[in-house]
Amino acid sequence: MKSMTLKSALAAVATVAALAISAPAHAAGTAHTEDISFSFEGPFGKFDKAQLQRGWQVFREVCSTCHGMRYVSARELTWDNGPGFEEEQVKAFLADSGWEVADEEGEPGDTRPMKLSDKFPANTSAGAPDLSLMAKSRAGFHGPYGSGINQLLRGIGGPEYIFSILTGYHEPPACAPEDASGYYNAAFAAGGIPDGCKDEHGHVSVSGSWIGMPPPLSDDAVEYQDGTPATVEQMAEDVAAFLTWAAEPHMMDRKAAGARNVAFLVILSVLLYLTNKALWANVKKKKKA
Amino acid sequence: MSAIPHPPFEPKNKFVKWVDSRLPIFGLVYATLTIPTPKNLNWMWIWGIVLAAFLVVQLATGIVLVMHYTPHADMAFASVEHIMRDVNGGWLLRYAHANGASMFFIAVYAHIFRGLYYGSYKNPREITWIVGILIYVCMMAAAFMGYVLPWGQMSFWGATVITNLFSAIPFVGDDIVKFLWGGFAVDNPTLNRFFSLHYLVPFVIAALVAVHIWAFHSTGNNNPAGVPVRTKDFETVQKDTVPFWPYYVIKDLFALALFLIFFVVMVFFMPNFLGHPDNFIEANPLSTPSHIVPEWYFLPFYAILRAFTGDVWLVQFVSFVTGGLVDAKLFGVIAMFGAIIAMALAPWLDTSKVISGRYRPQFKWWFWLLVIDFFVLMWVGAMPAEEPYATISLVASAYWFGYFFVILPMLGFTEKPKEVPETVEAAFDEMIAAKYAKKAKAAGAAATPAE
Amino acid sequence: MSDTMTDDASRRDFLYIATGAAGLVATGAAVWPLVDQMNPSADVLALATVEVDVSAVEAGTQITVKWRGKPVFIRHRTEHEIEAARAVDVGSLPDGDARNANLPAGSPATDADRAASEDGQWLVMMGVCTHLGCVPIGNASGDFGGWFCPCHGSHYDTAGRIRKGPAPRNLPIPEIAVNGTTITLIEEYKA
Repeated sequence: MKSMTLKSALAAVATVAALAISAPAHAAGTAHTEDISFSFEGPFGKFDKAQLQRGWQVFREVCSTCHGMRYVSARELTWDNGPGFEEEQVKAFLADSGWEVADEEGEPGDTRPMKLSDKFPANTSAGAPDLSLMAKSRAGFHGPYGSGINQLLRGIGGPEYIFSILTGYHEPPACAPEDASGYYNAAFAAGGIPDGCKDEHGHVSVSGSWIGMPPPLSDDAVEYQDGTPATVEQMAEDVAAFLTWAAEPHMMDRKAAGARNVAFLVILSVLLYLTNKALWANVKKKKKA
Repeated sequence: MSAIPHPPFEPKNKFVKWVDSRLPIFGLVYATLTIPTPKNLNWMWIWGIVLAAFLVVQLATGIVLVMHYTPHADMAFASVEHIMRDVNGGWLLRYAHANGASMFFIAVYAHIFRGLYYGSYKNPREITWIVGILIYVCMMAAAFMGYVLPWGQMSFWGATVITNLFSAIPFVGDDIVKFLWGGFAVDNPTLNRFFSLHYLVPFVIAALVAVHIWAFHSTGNNNPAGVPVRTKDFETVQKDTVPFWPYYVIKDLFALALFLIFFVVMVFFMPNFLGHPDNFIEANPLSTPSHIVPEWYFLPFYAILRAFTGDVWLVQFVSFVTGGLVDAKLFGVIAMFGAIIAMALAPWLDTSKVISGRYRPQFKWWFWLLVIDFFVLMWVGAMPAEEPYATISLVASAYWFGYFFVILPMLGFTEKPKEVPETVEAAFDEMIAAKYAKKAKAAGAAATPAE
Repeated sequence: MSDTMTDDASRRDFLYIATGAAGLVATGAAVWPLVDQMNPSADVLALATVEVDVSAVEAGTQITVKWRGKPVFIRHRTEHEIEAARAVDVGSLPDGDARNANLPAGSPATDADRAASEDGQWLVMMGVCTHLGCVPIGNASGDFGGWFCPCHGSHYDTAGRIRKGPAPRNLPIPEIAVNGTTITLIEEYKA
């Protein structure tokens, strides 16, 4: 019996290890995502309010030109465990942006200026994907050994993926023709690859692939109010953090509640263990004596 | 209700008496709670309560999620985001429901393998076992349809792939698939019917759970020794058993609390660990994700489905014999369902007279190989359909069938079992004696270096 | 029975009670989210506050805005209407209470306690008859130049006070904030 329980415990561990194994089988290309230590990772991670505010600025001034954020409402920007803007600030952003939404009281097709309670417009003008859930819909890594266990400490690498894409524009490799369509991005795996960069078996010799999005960031593309130097890396990191918040706005509440729950359940387990022991003591002792 | 003698229910309270003489509900609760339970049950006997608890978790969170969810192809994805962002504690309910399904399956697999090791499926518990397999099949149906509801990319393409399995059926396959879809592809009608059935099936499970409990309360629990409780009179019964309440209720609750810690860590710290990033992209009928993979709990059977390709001689042979009626596709589908039916047939395939695997020296090895086989299948199920995974999955699938259809029937004749304790009491005393001996030995060993 | 036995027993009792109590707390904590999810969600609450720009509303006219699913009358009153409202003796009113959510309960139904601004120009109130919930007709209707409810003939004066008919109370005034020509309909959600 003893061995059965031990083995089942091992089996349970093995289950967990086997659960999220999935192969990143990108037929097209390969890319590597570097881990970045974000403030919100790990069981006690917290968003950095200043970083989210900077990230919002990058989104507003750069990304939103082509990308929408249709599941996020403007009012969420005022939430405490997020960017925590004042209502007046968000109203000013909206007035400044000229974003319009469908007017539900007017004729079909009418629009009115976006209000605090509205969701951001879906922007399909350039065919760019919506960014509301981007940080959760891309997995940068599944480590270690594909088990995904490091989610507990480092997440799935969604924000890292965003960062890597934004900073992954390099000189195209020599194998590519001058007029290759798109832009070479070392971190983008899902794009097209010119035939020149494949050997006769179709194997790809370069890292990354060609992406449709032109390099969106350049140094000082925005001017940060808090004086942080706006390097490409800084902006990429900030907007990655912002999009992580946008995808999971209750993350901080969730982690705080998690700590409380685990602590309470540990106490309850100890009490139940002692009760169980006291209860069975008679049954188990009687036979011994 | 129980074949095991136990004290009659004698209510003192007037109201209880009044009700019970009209509807013996208090008597039923009393009989269920005080049922004499073998006192030698080990920690593998906790999973039933864990499963019951998670059925309640899934029902409760599911019913309230429905208050905010919209079952429409155009609005389902957005309504899930509404739950995640705006509903009070909605993110918690949704993550608890999604991860609760996985906890349910972890517990059910532990429960099933416990039954396979300790021979819980054998005479006289065949009906308990069959009902259990039915519950498991219902769980798979509920989980599959539930995964479709958020209407993400994996929802949509998972639904497409799995419903297409039915197209393998000769002659009527395509019509059945159209019938399942309510159209020519997975679309709004499919989503609506899956939503309806996803709400219905858990109640079927709850009813089957009642039958499951009824069945094994009639035969009495199995136990690690596999010997029946002596039922001569109540005094003898008491030597072999303790009442379910409080002994096993508290023990099970302790185990449940530990399991809940694991659950809570998943829900609050890594809620998307068991999910798939592609499901955060809204369903798009025009673009398939690069790598479709089912939820982890389907992987072993998914691996069996894919293992039997047209390259396998058995498949070619069967195809030849049936005049092409059973092609590789249908063979795979039959194999997948067959793998579950094999489990259901275990009571008749196992020829050994000894119930518990504890006293079966050869069986043990084959059993643990089956456990490893299960994890191997789970692993290859997640891998792309290419070498070396194709060969591995074929070998692993073959072992699965070999275990049930060859090894179990044969072992009854070739194996010489160890001596089985006469009674539950004897097994229990043996266990306690071994425990004290071990303790004494450990104390001795610890004391020696100090001297 | 020795002392150690009773000690043991009471320690065990304590343990059982502590475990039971912790179990109850756990159950309660698990049930609460299942209940709380029925309270209005964040998107519903976000629409609970409405800002209205009244700069275009001229004296002697009114607008009706929808707030929390119900009509709210915002009237720019003329000098004549204000005078008429102020001339009324509060003691003679069927309902002597201002029914103003911005004032303590029991404030007298004087025009000053009903109007939204000191000069009395703005009057903001729920457009729901206190009789059976119909929407009264505005623009100087009824016997008292205010509002008239067509359903059962209740007459309200130019300060929205009930004067004649079956309605029991004055039209209630919601919580508001006036900032220049922006009137905000608020009310903290009390949950």
